[in-house]
Amino acid sequence: MTTPEEKFQALIDAEEKVEPPDWMPEGYRKNLIRQIAQHAHSEIIGMQPEGNWISRAPTLHRKAILMAKVQDEAGHGLYLYSAAETLGVKRDEMQELLHQGKHKYSSIFNYPTLSWADMGAIGWLVDGAAITNQVMLTRCSYGPYARAMVRICKEESFHQRQGYEILIRLCQGTSEQKEMAQDALDRWWWPSLMMFGPHDSESTHTEQSMEWKIKRVSNDDLRQQFVDMTVPQAEYLGLEIPDPELRWNPERGHYDFGEIDWEEFWRVVKGNGPMNRERLEHKVRAWEEGTWVREAAAAHAAKKAARAA
Amino acid sequence: MPPQDPDDRVSALLAHADDNLVLAQRLGEWIASAPELEIDIALGNIALDHLGVARALYTHAGDLQGEGRGEDDLALGREERDYLNLLLVEQPNGDFARTMVRQLFFDAYQTPLWEDLSASDAPVLAGIAAKAAKETAYHLQYSSSWVIRLGDGTEESHRRAQDAVGALWRFTSELTEDDRASYRDEWERLVGAVLGEAKLEVPEDPYQRTGGRHGYHTEHLGYLLAEMQWMQRSYPEMKW
Repeated sequence: MTTPEEKFQALIDAEEKVEPPDWMPEGYRKNLIRQIAQHAHSEIIGMQPEGNWISRAPTLHRKAILMAKVQDEAGHGLYLYSAAETLGVKRDEMQELLHQGKHKYSSIFNYPTLSWADMGAIGWLVDGAAITNQVMLTRCSYGPYARAMVRICKEESFHQRQGYEILIRLCQGTSEQKEMAQDALDRWWWPSLMMFGPHDSESTHTEQSMEWKIKRVSNDDLRQQFVDMTVPQAEYLGLEIPDPELRWNPERGHYDFGEIDWEEFWRVVKGNGPMNRERLEHKVRAWEEGTWVREAAAAHAAKKAARAA
Repeated sequence: MPPQDPDDRVSALLAHADDNLVLAQRLGEWIASAPELEIDIALGNIALDHLGVARALYTHAGDLQGEGRGEDDLALGREERDYLNLLLVEQPNGDFARTMVRQLFFDAYQTPLWEDLSASDAPVLAGIAAKAAKETAYHLQYSSSWVIRLGDGTEESHRRAQDAVGALWRFTSELTEDDRASYRDEWERLVGAVLGEAKLEVPEDPYQRTGGRHGYHTEHLGYLLAEMQWMQRSYPEMKW
């Protein structure tokens, strides 16, 4: 007779998926809820900085792409919340925790989008960093999350290409456009590296998550992968990465790069980045202003049901 | 019948394109601010449909004009007085009831419009209209279902929906004036059925405001265009 614990461990060891009806340790469930909810919240809050440029997109073509991209993010939010719901938590509960500041979202969205080039930089760097993080999640041990990530990664890789393409256009354009692109890279580079989280030695969740095969690669390894992938892309654009310590290290076969400003990292995580307050206020306001709509829908549905009965 | 004046054909295309672009711009303002995630996605999709129709029409108008003007020249390079959209679509979003009532009035107009134009003997226009007709069927279903829910929901939602009908009614005769008069019966039938089920009243005040099709707008359009055209005007002659 195998115990539920042994059965669970056997699934993990065999690289098979844990599914909603399976027994799982409480810590595994909690860890997953935290991570998936945070991921879903990031998609939703992430709609704001890009939504900020929909009305001002420079061409109709760019406007259409940007609108579709922000809609994709709403869609990602939806299926991530659904994946989390398979673990026994409701979307409204997760949203409420976000509104109370008890759930986090990716700090990257606490930076402002100040020019059109930021739409390029977000696609290239932020979506690029997200993909680096998320590709490993398609192999995550929890089935619903892994499957959601397959689709999300496909869309994210399209987002990344469109962002990079915006920057190619700017870098082939006038000096004013190229300056716009460089300014965006200057502002988004370090926050993008911060997206991989603290050093492995400082990361509280990494070890357990890797044992449970929720997470498959460590923060520092992912960050290195991202830098190695991105530096040649910056060179192709003719833009300069704002890191004087960045250089190829032939012995390691990787780029060496400077140290993240961890003070800034923790400041933003703790709620004091440039846009933390605005992002959360906007989200809460939209939700509260929509209360009467949701109530009306519920009231109408109840009336209809009563009439049908 | 004499052949149509090509300029008039271009103006007619621009008018429809402007309707759809201005409405897409308004709907885009809801993104990341809607009452519920599903609504956010739906409004974004509807905005994208209108934007798509606008782009096709601008491109076609530019081709007919034959002066080398593309969609962006026509959308982002024309002044407020040259914009020919209906006043209804430039009205601010207001609350969700205001937006949904605006959508219902417009969708009920575009329903007979696309049906009519899809039978046009101009093949490009007929193609655009046939595609738009399918999208409009969905838009109308969406706006109708929400106006009914809000009108026959709670006391508050009923009040807001009734306020919206009252505020926007004065922009509705313009929808079916001039050469669009033949759409009136269908419009009244579609809107009347929804308002009836939603328990909403048509205002008694007969006042109507028109002029959009002649470039005589409300004051809202200037701000919308200023924002939408800002990049093209600040950085002229650049490729994006």
